[in-house]
Amino acid sequence: MKIIVLMKQVANKDAVLRIGRDEKWIDESEISHQTNESDGYALEEALRLKEAKGEGEVIVCTLGAQSAKTVLKDALARGADRAIHIINENENRLSPHQIAKTIADAIRDENADLVFTGLQSDDASYGQTGVILAELLGIPHATIVIEVDHSNLNGNLRLKRELESGWYQWFTYKLPALLTIQSGISQIRYASLKGIMAAKKKEIREVSPSIENFAAAQHIDKVYLPLKTKQTQMLGDGDAKRGAVELVEKLRTEVRVL
Amino acid sequence: MSILVFIEHKDCTLNKISLEAIVAAQSIGKELGLKVSAVIPCDKDCALAQEISQYDLERVIVAKNEKLNIYTPDGYADAWQRIIEKTNPQFVVMAHTYQVRDFAPKVAARLGKELVGDCIRYTNDGGKLTFTRRIFLGKLDADVTVEGDAPYFVTFQSGAFRGDNAEKGTAQTETIEVEVGEIRMSPEEPFQEAKASVDLSKSGIIVAVGRGIKSQENIAVAQQLADVLGADLAASRPICDAEWLPIDRQIGSSGQTVAPKVYIALGISGAIQHIVGMKNAGTIIAINKDKEAPIFDIADYGIVGDLFEAVPTLVEEIKKAKG
Repeated sequence: MKIIVLMKQVANKDAVLRIGRDEKWIDESEISHQTNESDGYALEEALRLKEAKGEGEVIVCTLGAQSAKTVLKDALARGADRAIHIINENENRLSPHQIAKTIADAIRDENADLVFTGLQSDDASYGQTGVILAELLGIPHATIVIEVDHSNLNGNLRLKRELESGWYQWFTYKLPALLTIQSGISQIRYASLKGIMAAKKKEIREVSPSIENFAAAQHIDKVYLPLKTKQTQMLGDGDAKRGAVELVEKLRTEVRVL
Repeated sequence: MSILVFIEHKDCTLNKISLEAIVAAQSIGKELGLKVSAVIPCDKDCALAQEISQYDLERVIVAKNEKLNIYTPDGYADAWQRIIEKTNPQFVVMAHTYQVRDFAPKVAARLGKELVGDCIRYTNDGGKLTFTRRIFLGKLDADVTVEGDAPYFVTFQSGAFRGDNAEKGTAQTETIEVEVGEIRMSPEEPFQEAKASVDLSKSGIIVAVGRGIKSQENIAVAQQLADVLGADLAASRPICDAEWLPIDRQIGSSGQTVAPKVYIALGISGAIQHIVGMKNAGTIIAINKDKEAPIFDIADYGIVGDLFEAVPTLVEEIKKAKG
């Protein structure tokens, strides 16, 4: 069973974001990055599926700048078998269709049984790459997958999708198929020292395709801090303890819950 | 020229968020002089059509095929493709639900288009619409425009429009038999996991913890605050994913939706998925070390600082205040 896992490098969750000069994205030059959260779960599920099946290959793939290689190296250290790096230094300027098309062209010949992605990226949050990619590859997809049935892996794949408000639904898919994986599908493993050493010998294949124009692409014209909808009273002026004392006073006199 | 709006339902029972989509479509329609029609994919002459025809719409179209008895992305994508090819809409407007996320980008891609998803508002500049999306987990907004010709696909986030503002009127209902190809997935019946043992929707005060709590042991810090306030403990998704608190304590789009009198968010940055579950709380209090955290945008009171300093002091002071 061959599984391709799409992973993306995004700004660290705790990074302080500064808007870039042209106001069309953030300034990525001085912030720390991390693997997109749900993509980490996608990799974990791929590794567990391969282990449950007892055979297979897990290939990780990213579309991004040279710096995104750390995402691939980390995935290889956790147990992925090899990697494909689609190099593009301006990934954040691409539209969802352009991203999906570029990835489709890069992985089509692998003829994978399964393609996994996280359900959305924590930066642009289009939440569309997987769905468009499945359409371009001509394979069925399932989004927001929260469980894969490992009890019967001979033939079809049975998976559980998360619906809203605590509802779920099982579906059965013929392979090949594309799944977008929800955070929390399982507990993510750490890379072992052995894994880190082994990763150094694993292949990272680089491709640098030119990006095709897409006539119906969406563009970010401007990014900015959200307009505030509420007057917030900031308490303590940076001193957490003083803030707490002031808050109790507010809870007593204004909110009146004490 | 027209706008099509998607009516989401399960067994002909309306998902009320579709009313928000109707409001969005009616609003865009007024600005641009376009008529709005509703589309209901169904396997029968949907009972919902009558209900939807009482809104100010041109037509209510039931896209009918026996394979649309239960939702599948293949079935819905085919149905939508046929309806769009038949009616040539200028816009296709939907609520950004999990179901829509599942099939709408596929429809757009198949028609050589792209979807602008999860928008919180739009602005009209001389007939050209700009859509605003939240990016970076709610930390920034992005104004987005789309190139090329119609149709333009847009989905709006829950709460972007108020469903009770949907204008009433009378619409003609019409059934269009649509061709649906092979369905490559077989769905089982949707089900609800064991009912939440804690119904947080009834809570008066909620103390919720997020990633900033750092470890399972630290949950005790929040528990003390909850105890002294007589509050219920809740969490954002990462905490439940890590199994530091059970999933029935999760607030947000995939968990419970709550509206307590007071909501205290400890170390919660305020990703959209969390905010949709608690924004209707009476008073929102946020304690977070990141002064840029989006939770402060919706907070009534905010403390920028270390929750491990603030919370013990809070507990102590509340005890004093209560005597």
